[in-house]
Amino acid sequence: MLSCGAGSGGCSKDMAVELGDEPHVLAVDDNLIDRKLVERLLKNSSCKVTTAENALRALDYLGLGNDTLEGTVSEVNMIITDYCMPGMTGYELLKKIKESSVLKEVPVVIMSSENIPTRISQCLEEGAKMFMLKPLKQSDVKQLKWHLMKCRN
Amino acid sequence: MDLVQLQRQFVDYRTSLYHEGFLDEQFTQLQELQDENNPDFVVEVVSLFFEDSERLLNELARALEQQSIDYKRIDAHVHQLKGSSSSIGAQRVQKVCIAFRNYCEEQNVEGCLKCLQQVRHEYSLVKTKLESLFQLEQQILTAGGSIPM
Repeated sequence: MLSCGAGSGGCSKDMAVELGDEPHVLAVDDNLIDRKLVERLLKNSSCKVTTAENALRALDYLGLGNDTLEGTVSEVNMIITDYCMPGMTGYELLKKIKESSVLKEVPVVIMSSENIPTRISQCLEEGAKMFMLKPLKQSDVKQLKWHLMKCRN
Repeated sequence: MDLVQLQRQFVDYRTSLYHEGFLDEQFTQLQELQDENNPDFVVEVVSLFFEDSERLLNELARALEQQSIDYKRIDAHVHQLKGSSSSIGAQRVQKVCIAFRNYCEEQNVEGCLKCLQQVRHEYSLVKTKLESLFQLEQQILTAGGSIPM
């Protein structure tokens, strides 16, 4: 399995996956309607989707949680998360992912309904690949997929 | 009413919902996400919106009845409602939520109560209108026609 060099700017380490394979995206959002919407948007862009309703569940799924069961860690090619979530925010989730030697190369996208420049720069500085304003549209997700595929190839 | 008349009625009705501000372009986005593989997507998402909104409205009413009002909690609920109404394109509901959040920040109970009443009203209006729209759609499909885009 080839691994991505450090200078490539946040590529998924899953480089050996062939063209035509569906990228696996983990979508994290506490709002049920938004989870359904982002799932459909991503599936329409030929992505495999797993959703999580909060950051802790996302961390468990990624293998970084306290409750992660052995042998259940899943490979994801991208994480898209809401910023405002109860408990751990999307920003805090981003930090945890970037602190992880295993997951820090996985691109993380932050979504928010609020257009706050300091929030946006804070997330980008912490290593978020993109910041997107909600509500998400099909064109936003197409752009996202393009970035993701460009990164992988 | 024949199929062509039904389809015309449907288009006119849908257009009026946009003109009157009940729906915005985000609703169009939802419709565009629906296809042969996901023929019920819009109805599914809107149904989730109805359920979730009703839950939130009840929570809000309860929270505003308390002796000591927890504005943070109220704001959190309104934030949810604002988010979901925005995601489905229920523009008038979303607008009231914005005002509602401002009153929460000011810890203005009168303002909050007024907004709760308004948001309930707008929610009930958009729910009725969307149900009518879906009913018209169903009539068209039953008559063997297709839904005009």
